[in-house]
Amino acid sequence: MSRPPAERAGEELELDPIACTGHGLCAELLPERIVLDDWGYPMIDPPVPASLHEHAVRAVKACPALALRLRRAG
Amino acid sequence: MSGRLLGGVGPRGPVGLDRHLAVHGPMPEVASELIDEVTRSGLRGRGGAGFPAGIKLAAVAEGRRPVVVVNGTEGEPMSAKDHAMLIRAPHLVLDGAVAAARAVGAREVLLCAPPADHAVVAAALAERGAGSRGRPRVTLVPSAPGYVAGEETAVIAHLEGRAARPRMTPPRPAQEGYRKRPTLMQNVETLAHVGLIARHGASWFRELGTADRPGTTLVTISGAVRGPGVYEVPSGLPLAELARVAGGVTEPPRALLVGGYFGAWVDQDGAGLTLDDGELRRHGAAVGAGVVVVLGSSACPVAETARLAAYMAAESAGQCGPCVHGLGSLAGVLDRFATARTVPGDGERLVRWTEMVRGRGACAHPDGVARMLASATRLFRAELEDHARRGPCARCASASTLVLPAAVHARAAA
Repeated sequence: MSRPPAERAGEELELDPIACTGHGLCAELLPERIVLDDWGYPMIDPPVPASLHEHAVRAVKACPALALRLRRAG
Repeated sequence: MSGRLLGGVGPRGPVGLDRHLAVHGPMPEVASELIDEVTRSGLRGRGGAGFPAGIKLAAVAEGRRPVVVVNGTEGEPMSAKDHAMLIRAPHLVLDGAVAAARAVGAREVLLCAPPADHAVVAAALAERGAGSRGRPRVTLVPSAPGYVAGEETAVIAHLEGRAARPRMTPPRPAQEGYRKRPTLMQNVETLAHVGLIARHGASWFRELGTADRPGTTLVTISGAVRGPGVYEVPSGLPLAELARVAGGVTEPPRALLVGGYFGAWVDQDGAGLTLDDGELRRHGAAVGAGVVVVLGSSACPVAETARLAAYMAAESAGQCGPCVHGLGSLAGVLDRFATARTVPGDGERLVRWTEMVRGRGACAHPDGVARMLASATRLFRAELEDHARRGPCARCASASTLVLPAAVHARAAA
């Protein structure tokens, strides 16, 4: 069940750099918040506005290493 | 200098229990009120990060079945102050550890230090007599080698029998540490200060040092000085005076490495800075674990920095991609500068990658290396350009000032 956008305010992305092996799918799916560095590892801009929520969820689910999480900010 | 921690320390050997008590006075029976006293003292952790000790104590005291870990790992190759405290003033360290354990309600103290330090500490424990009436029990554990092995989550992994590699935080050890218990992890020097604060109080502690970093600080001074070694100085001492503390310089200095291998290169005159984080941080430096290396003008700053970058890249725990690849790439660029094999764009790569690795690891290893390299790029710019154009200089062949032990620790199979 997706909640109304107003309640989703204040989400942020969290990366586990130990788990991350640099597949790079997250940057393909959420280029607004994730770009790859010169070695292919994601650099994250954590805040996720409600408008990007669905895309962020897709990026999180696509990570083969389960290294990306979406959590409430704070 | 102001001999607080080193008070009573003679020319050689450890301070025995009788002399220890004669110099510092009897240790009062302390309990949780010590937490407020340490908080008021403003004592900061002396392992490198400088986190306020009172906050850690208070956080651990809230948890169930806490444990105290005395961190004497001292993975920083140019630091010898924790080793000096353990083998010269073991009773002061033990006083602080036991007092901290009482303050947070811990029954167990694990003292993690290099095996070479154990005999002296074990003898000091024997001198103090067997534990009685619920006195916290102190157990000696050999520390793991390697630069990152002293990072607190790496110490916990090591104590739990795993490879000494850092993990992600939070949770911090104060919340979830050794065997998931709330863990007070404090550096050897920090606890020695606690042993004195318990006796003399917070106001006494603040009589020396600065508002941001009260008290005295142990520094390990090495390089082009007549008397390299461990000294106790008031925090806030001008960097320019540190070489004098160590007997003066043996040749005109070129630069100082302040804060160890995670620290920053500053100009040989100390750039008007003092041993105080509030001020040093604005210049991209920090007191860290109190390491100061005086780089003489007969040494080559480019060759030293290139070797240091290679060492720090090799000392990555090997867990996080940006650390493994980023530090490796940076070490490669610096080697090309040092040997006149630069390719177009290497200057930009050095700056870009230094920024790119910051904040990208589970621990602060890439950040520390970035700090050191950013300072080297600023201070040694002319030398770097000169090497890139003309190749190795006459000083490149000088013996290395920086001590770079061979890598012997466990790395992740990344």
